[in-house]
Amino acid sequence: MARWTVCGIVADMMPVLAVLTLLELVSGVVLDTFQATLLRFPSLLVLVPVTIGLAGNIGSIMASRLSTATHLGLLSFEPTDETLAGNALATVGIAVTLFPAVGAGAWVVQALLAGTRLPLGTVVLVATLSGAALAALAVLVTVAATYTAFRVGADPDDVVLPVVTNTCDVFGVLVLFAVVRLLV
Amino acid sequence: MSIRTTAAEAYREALPVVAVSAVGGLFAGVVLGGMEAELSQVPGLLLLVPALLATRGNVYGSLGARLASALHQGLVEPRFDFADRRTRAAIAAAMANGVLVSVFAALSGFGLLVALGRNHASLATLVAVAFIAGVISGVLLTLAVVGVVFIGHRRGINPDTLAGPVVTTTGDVVGIATMLFAVRVVLALGGG
Repeated sequence: MARWTVCGIVADMMPVLAVLTLLELVSGVVLDTFQATLLRFPSLLVLVPVTIGLAGNIGSIMASRLSTATHLGLLSFEPTDETLAGNALATVGIAVTLFPAVGAGAWVVQALLAGTRLPLGTVVLVATLSGAALAALAVLVTVAATYTAFRVGADPDDVVLPVVTNTCDVFGVLVLFAVVRLLV
Repeated sequence: MSIRTTAAEAYREALPVVAVSAVGGLFAGVVLGGMEAELSQVPGLLLLVPALLATRGNVYGSLGARLASALHQGLVEPRFDFADRRTRAAIAAAMANGVLVSVFAALSGFGLLVALGRNHASLATLVAVAFIAGVISGVLLTLAVVGVVFIGHRRGINPDTLAGPVVTTTGDVVGIATMLFAVRVVLALGGG
């Protein structure tokens, strides 16, 4: 039963929020590490929020679908499970569809507003590779978190969603950093 | 259902929502891309970006989910005069959480920067930016979340499906835009 006093709500949420903030600061440190590259190539800076956001989003959608399936008793944690494999496939599909468009979009707006130093192809490739890697990581994180919650008897709706969203945020920055290191 | 039909259904259902939030994320990125000058002037600010953005999503996403569940249970009335005790408590708590966690992020971020020996702005500057951005984004996101959930509910749209995408889409844009505003205010007042 949710509490409905200001102090009650703050007390319920603050510990989780504090832990998630510390987790997010890890990706902040990574951003700070490659700040020079990001400032030199602002089209990569444009990619930062959208990469973080999309990674968290595709993770959270898969997480809430798996949570619901767990509640309904429809999920077995086998690679051949239809819900599991189907949602994993959809997650990868969404990432592979959207990330190239996001890369192109980032390049186009930056080119229109301020000019770019990186060719279109590089930015699209950075976004696409990051997206594909992030989709795979999002699937792994989601399945692991849902399975853990299921095994320890926690309600996956309460725990899994914030854990998956924020972990995917951190992976978003890490993967972007790795891909930029590789390509730029 | 086979794996293929499950995948096709999940793909069709989620793609539009994710695409809309991608557009929101791109807008946020454009603002961040235009912040080169401020990011160089306030070293360490970039370190706070993921934490502050995530806080917006975590706090106001949870406000949306809480109000949506309460509407389903008939615990709150979808009225905008804020006469409802539970609505007021939920909003006040979300604002308090948002501002407190933003300041906590600035304090811990500053600690990390010092511990790692990174170039950093003063503690007061980072805390002031986090605080101002936290307050303004709190007001804007509360209006967005409460507005969408209540109006959606009155029109017969399940508020659960509305709250999430609205928060993720507006949260990034509002989060970055208020950070830019806050850092300009602080720099104008002599911070750095």
